[in-house]
Amino acid sequence: MFVMAAEEQLRLDVNWIDYLIVALYFVFVLGIGFAARRSVSSSIDFFLSGRSLPAWVTGLAFVAANLGAVEIIGMSANGANYGIPTVHYFWVGAVPAMLFLGIVMMPFYYGSKVRSVPEFMRRRFGTGAHLVNALSFALAQLLIAGVNLFLLATIVEVILGWPLWVSLFVAAAIVLSYTTLGGLSAAIYNEVLQFFVIVAALLPLTLVGLHMVGGWDGLKSRVAESTGGAEQLSSWPGTALTGFDSPFWSVVGIVFGLGFVLSFGYWTTNFVEVQRAMASKSMASAQSTPIIGAFPKMFVPFIVIFPGMIAAVLVNEISEPKSSGGTPDYNNALIYLIRDLLPNGMLGLAIAGLLASFMAGMAANISAFNTVFSYDLWETYVVKDREDGYYLKVGRVATALATVVAIGTALFASQYNNIMDYLQTLFGFFNAPLFATFILGMFWKRMTPTAGWVGLVSGTLAAVLVAVLSEGTLGVLSVGVLPLSGQGASFAAAGAAFVVDIVVSVLVTMVTAPKPESELRGLVYSLTPKADFHDDTDVDLAWYQQPTKLAGIALVMVIALNVVFW
Amino acid sequence: MSEQSQQSSGRRAAGAFDIRNFIGLLLGLYGVILVVAQFLDSEEQLAKADGLRVNLWTGLALLVTALVFFVWARLRPIVVPEDGPEGHSDGS
Repeated sequence: MFVMAAEEQLRLDVNWIDYLIVALYFVFVLGIGFAARRSVSSSIDFFLSGRSLPAWVTGLAFVAANLGAVEIIGMSANGANYGIPTVHYFWVGAVPAMLFLGIVMMPFYYGSKVRSVPEFMRRRFGTGAHLVNALSFALAQLLIAGVNLFLLATIVEVILGWPLWVSLFVAAAIVLSYTTLGGLSAAIYNEVLQFFVIVAALLPLTLVGLHMVGGWDGLKSRVAESTGGAEQLSSWPGTALTGFDSPFWSVVGIVFGLGFVLSFGYWTTNFVEVQRAMASKSMASAQSTPIIGAFPKMFVPFIVIFPGMIAAVLVNEISEPKSSGGTPDYNNALIYLIRDLLPNGMLGLAIAGLLASFMAGMAANISAFNTVFSYDLWETYVVKDREDGYYLKVGRVATALATVVAIGTALFASQYNNIMDYLQTLFGFFNAPLFATFILGMFWKRMTPTAGWVGLVSGTLAAVLVAVLSEGTLGVLSVGVLPLSGQGASFAAAGAAFVVDIVVSVLVTMVTAPKPESELRGLVYSLTPKADFHDDTDVDLAWYQQPTKLAGIALVMVIALNVVFW
Repeated sequence: MSEQSQQSSGRRAAGAFDIRNFIGLLLGLYGVILVVAQFLDSEEQLAKADGLRVNLWTGLALLVTALVFFVWARLRPIVVPEDGPEGHSDGS
């Protein structure tokens, strides 16, 4: 998490035009909530948009749901600090996993008609694995929603001078209104709108910034002259990013740690993301959702990392401490750049873009939380077999409660910043072994229910163990036996979780009883008729509607980008 | 809001209202505001970006983008069948 020091000098000089632009944005956000409300008549409408959305809408929502505060502020800060190597978070750490989700895993999620990722877990492995997954996911969403809210409020405090609690409650009230009114449709439609507002804010900023440093060539020469040096202009081996001394291990860490274990764990099993695809109207659209999302995703670095790099050579508050060995406030790089370059009007649009990004993140967390809470926890374990309208009501109440908890979490975060940081790291460990369990369970029919939950638990414990043994990953809890810290430590922890999960799952499967094959149709590859993976409505698709062809194009493009910025 | 979604009154028309018109309208309004705002730019404001008219160019770009959304929504309207959740030929 990032602490915005409330320095008095970092106030943006806003006037009525800027406030007009920001206000207009909020009018539209609420308007979408009201418009979407008319289409909510059942719980499937509320939680999964009635499985009716076109692929370009869900694809953009897929990207926007992830384009929250952590992404925009965090990645521009990394850009200012490390330069070009930050692109690995996108081209290695996101796009390949998104394509894999669309091609390999989405047929199982969408074809089995489950309503959430934990529900898939329950049908494949039963109660044990389901509870581990649903509970850890629900808790993590509340935490992250609170963090997003806290970041939003701190930024508003810093740039506009509003007290923390005011923006906290205003933002929470807005997110609450549109998500309770229109459910997932409102969240998704708003994410699409937010995506365009974010681009409209950051693209001009980047272009003006490039103009000021003398274009791409000018940026290259000024970064090469700065402290980071020419190393910050090529993506590999990225030793500064990983914290590994050896270039070889740095590349291994990026490819396997970030590119494989961490990113596949996040993108393919995180219900916040997968829910967007489940809301689409057919199998081909569901598969296309993350693949269409991959195209904007691969260009996000240009409007997030580049402004960070530009700020590092253009903004005095960043460039001076960076060159004199101080500790610049990288998290504010983007805001400094906005302050220095944008006139009133464009300034308002930039602020609207930042607010849009933070609200997108929080609304995505809340809408995923209420689905898992209502279907996976309430309907499955607490109050079973009630009419559909009852669970719709539960969903609305859960949304309201989640928002209240998020405000509480945000207030807690403002007092105990470090604790929140470690909690986030800790919840990240629940993600790490999930991919191993899912992929094994989807392709190995023998894998048993016991192996499902034991694998998850031992994988998570392995990740926690590595984090405790490393340096500082969990604060005072980390004993520093392993010479790893920062990103390198989380790569290693995720790797350990993956390997331990696989090994333990295989061993436990050998000595426990599998589920009968008749219960695994749609859940395991070899027991599912190929027809289940296709929709009758998906006929005569143009090339741009076919997931495999789109994924092929995306793969070629992302490889080309990797080569260009080698 | 597309007319079709109103005609199909009720039955599972989730996702039937046209987000493209919302996006086009918001970006279009932003475009107008920025183009107007550029007349109010002070010397000091312009000097921030070396005299580059940021508001003007962004405003014009937003107006063009808004137009693209309106044209797209007009050319490929959402069709909502009376009996199903499917929304076809929506340009996806």
